[in-house]
Amino acid sequence: MTSILDKSGFNPDRKLKIVGTSPVKHDGIDKVTGRARFGADLYLPGMLIGKILRSPHAHARIKSIDTSEAAKLPGVKAVVTRDDFPEIKAGTMAGDMTRNAMAREKALYDGHPVAAVAATSESIAKAALKLIKVDYEVLPHVIDPAEAMAPGAPILHDHVRTKGVKDAADKPTNVIERLDIAMGDVVKGFAEAEIIVEREFDTKPMHQGYIEPQACVAQATEDGQIELWCCTQGPWVFRDRLTEILKIDAAKIRVQQSEMGGGFGGKTGFYGEPVAVQLARKAKRPVKITLTRNEVFRATGPVSGTKSRIKMGITKDGVITAAEAELIFQTGAFTGSMFINAPQAMFTRYNLKNVKTVSYEVVSNRPKVNSFRAPCVPQVVFGVEGVIDELARKIGMDPIELRLRNAATEGYKTIYGETFGPIGFVETLEAAKKSDHYNSPVPKGQGRGVAAGFWFNRGGETTGTLNIAIDGSVTLILGTTDVAGSRISISMMAAEELGIPVDKVRAIMADTHSLGYNRVTAGSRTTFATGMVIVDSARKAITELCKRAAGIWGVPEEGVTFEDGYCRPASSNVGTFEPLTIAQIAAKTMASHGAIAGHSEMSVTGAGPGFGLHIVDVEVDRETGRVDIKRYTVVEDAGKAIHPLQVEGQFQGGAVQGIGWALNEEYFYGPDGRLQNASFLDYRMPVASDVPMIGTEIVEVPNPRHPYGLRGVGEVPVVPTMAAIANAIGNAIGIRPQSLPMSPPRLLKLMDDAKVK
Amino acid sequence: MSKKHHITTTVNGDECDFLCEPQQTLLDCLRDELMLSGTKEGCATGDCGACTVMVDSVMVCSCLVLGVEVDGANIDTIEGMAKGNELHPLQRHFLELNGLQCGICTPGILIAARELLARNPDPTETEIRYWLAGNLCRCTGYDKIIRSVQAAAKEMRGNA
Repeated sequence: MTSILDKSGFNPDRKLKIVGTSPVKHDGIDKVTGRARFGADLYLPGMLIGKILRSPHAHARIKSIDTSEAAKLPGVKAVVTRDDFPEIKAGTMAGDMTRNAMAREKALYDGHPVAAVAATSESIAKAALKLIKVDYEVLPHVIDPAEAMAPGAPILHDHVRTKGVKDAADKPTNVIERLDIAMGDVVKGFAEAEIIVEREFDTKPMHQGYIEPQACVAQATEDGQIELWCCTQGPWVFRDRLTEILKIDAAKIRVQQSEMGGGFGGKTGFYGEPVAVQLARKAKRPVKITLTRNEVFRATGPVSGTKSRIKMGITKDGVITAAEAELIFQTGAFTGSMFINAPQAMFTRYNLKNVKTVSYEVVSNRPKVNSFRAPCVPQVVFGVEGVIDELARKIGMDPIELRLRNAATEGYKTIYGETFGPIGFVETLEAAKKSDHYNSPVPKGQGRGVAAGFWFNRGGETTGTLNIAIDGSVTLILGTTDVAGSRISISMMAAEELGIPVDKVRAIMADTHSLGYNRVTAGSRTTFATGMVIVDSARKAITELCKRAAGIWGVPEEGVTFEDGYCRPASSNVGTFEPLTIAQIAAKTMASHGAIAGHSEMSVTGAGPGFGLHIVDVEVDRETGRVDIKRYTVVEDAGKAIHPLQVEGQFQGGAVQGIGWALNEEYFYGPDGRLQNASFLDYRMPVASDVPMIGTEIVEVPNPRHPYGLRGVGEVPVVPTMAAIANAIGNAIGIRPQSLPMSPPRLLKLMDDAKVK
Repeated sequence: MSKKHHITTTVNGDECDFLCEPQQTLLDCLRDELMLSGTKEGCATGDCGACTVMVDSVMVCSCLVLGVEVDGANIDTIEGMAKGNELHPLQRHFLELNGLQCGICTPGILIAARELLARNPDPTETEIRYWLAGNLCRCTGYDKIIRSVQAAAKEMRGNA
């Protein structure tokens, strides 16, 4: 049988009834009434409160931990330390994971967990933490990645030798890996260039900033079965990692995802969950751990800060001949930044032939970074799109025109080996060029900037089930987490396939016992990949429906077709029969022939790359350095917008996260290596009064590998944002910032230094 | 442990009482003692607005109010916003215009927006933005939240 991966059935002329509309999401009602249950909203009988003791030192050897006084406090039911976690070799993936969950030999950042208690109340748990005595040998620390690379820097891990370097010295280093990715011949490419621009950029770590702190409830039975309720972007990934670090059979761990109060990549890895499980196993009572905002800032996320040097060459008629980059990614205390995305994506959207990149991943005494929309890409696009703007200015070409002149099209072979199928970068640029925003004059005193971005979009391991009820209504069992509305979009595709109203469909997010493996919700894969799996499931159910109809009519199976919600005779030769609805077939046959369902599991391929272009107008206050975003427009190719309101929401939300990253968000560490701004008051994310309405234009160049043509839309909206704003500021004040955030004091200094005030 | 206090309040029209430790916040009491978990904790420092409720018709961050302070008070939370099967126009427009993505900030924003419209039935976009500046949302970029409030305000003015 042909797989949906080979033959999606995409038909551009198909008349769609549901896909492309914007119905109210079924999970919405619980969210506007306070009924929805997020991570912290589960209360179980006998539940204890778990609290984590965290290192106050950025870098310290843990000589001993004395928990005896804490354990004696009335109401304390369990205390755990490193001794309660299986020993796993340092430097392995599992070894890193267990050490990040609970420090072993050393505490590696301010906020690193060193012990935990479970008690009958929060106040008792907090009092117990104060009774734990940890004997630290404080070590010199390093926060900045460039300093961490320097000779003589404090070393975090004795086992690290730089990967990717031939004949690397056999002594410990903070450089985890050097990665060389290249194509063509940059020497030749730069020789062909008439103008070359080379600039250095740096960006700061920013936090994913989800409003819901991580929260979980763990429960363990005497015979070793675990139930874990948590807000996670990947229940199966959490389960499998728990299996690895706690040495518990996967079949004995049931992870149930809660509603997700924002993740953006930050909930793809666990924090308090293994600790809650170990406390629950000891206490034999349910244990809830809810992180405080202070803990979220000190010990979870953020995204990688970067330093980059970017060089590009161009001919006077606007052909980019070569590009080169040297990139440094800070990954926090442990490897895992996914920095390979950066060299693969940073120039991809332009049809370059000669590219050379060298990237380094570096550890330092900060929390391990976590994913965030298009991990590691926006940081370096901040530089690339600045250089491109400068090139456009130097040759006197419109910046969108220059991007069009060099835009990749179908058939372009990328630096990471993929040859592009139908893509919509040119269409996106054309739409931007024609937009009202771009054609309006730049208001006096303001600057306008544009920047483009790309994300691969992902597929991957995905499983799902579609069940038809006896009344013809349909339930979906989904494994991927719904972070912003995927349940309704996937329900819409199921309804479209089955020819029933979307109100007849309901979807749930399954626990890990209910389905096979699902990769994390990340990389803009869920609506695409789970949509694919559910469409496949619907088609399998339709095959069964046709078989049942054939049985009812006493005709061969191939004599029945399914169309618009009805089984019909394929031709008049088959005979004359009244078409049968799904409900009729279900009612007639379920009792005798069993349930009608479809199930599908696969590693989904065929994700269509996404491209966007942002246009922004800014005003810079010369006295204070404050940047006011006056107008913002996101133009992006969605392939096909399944639920246009939600697609717009992704564009707008991504752009405003990027505005925060661009203008304000950064971490301040004191000389003692402690984080000084671990609160929403001092870590300043955009509020409603900081931003304008965000204009959106959805471009639709279908991805034929998907039955409805969709491309993921979640990552691209943050990729060009900081670059677009920096380009706009550059046009407003005459000097393009090369460092993030472009906060008032930094921008004032930039203007003072350049004497542009 | 310190002695617990017996607090009697009215929540969403129902008289109820609970025991709380002196340091427990109203947010803790609503969630952990009264099991009204619709009010959310995003920061516990009064910076995010996810825990917004009304105490005697005054809008507060319930994480900045102590449980012992609400003895005898009237408290309104998100759980009391819909009347029977009738959603408040704000709730309906947030659903219809996609004014929520993940939904964690939504209860606080709805309570705050209802109070805005009670004081000012016809707010400008800027007035809505400044009123809601104490309610963080990380998903939506605020655009569709503002539009939802505008649409609800318009409908409510028409009905008045």
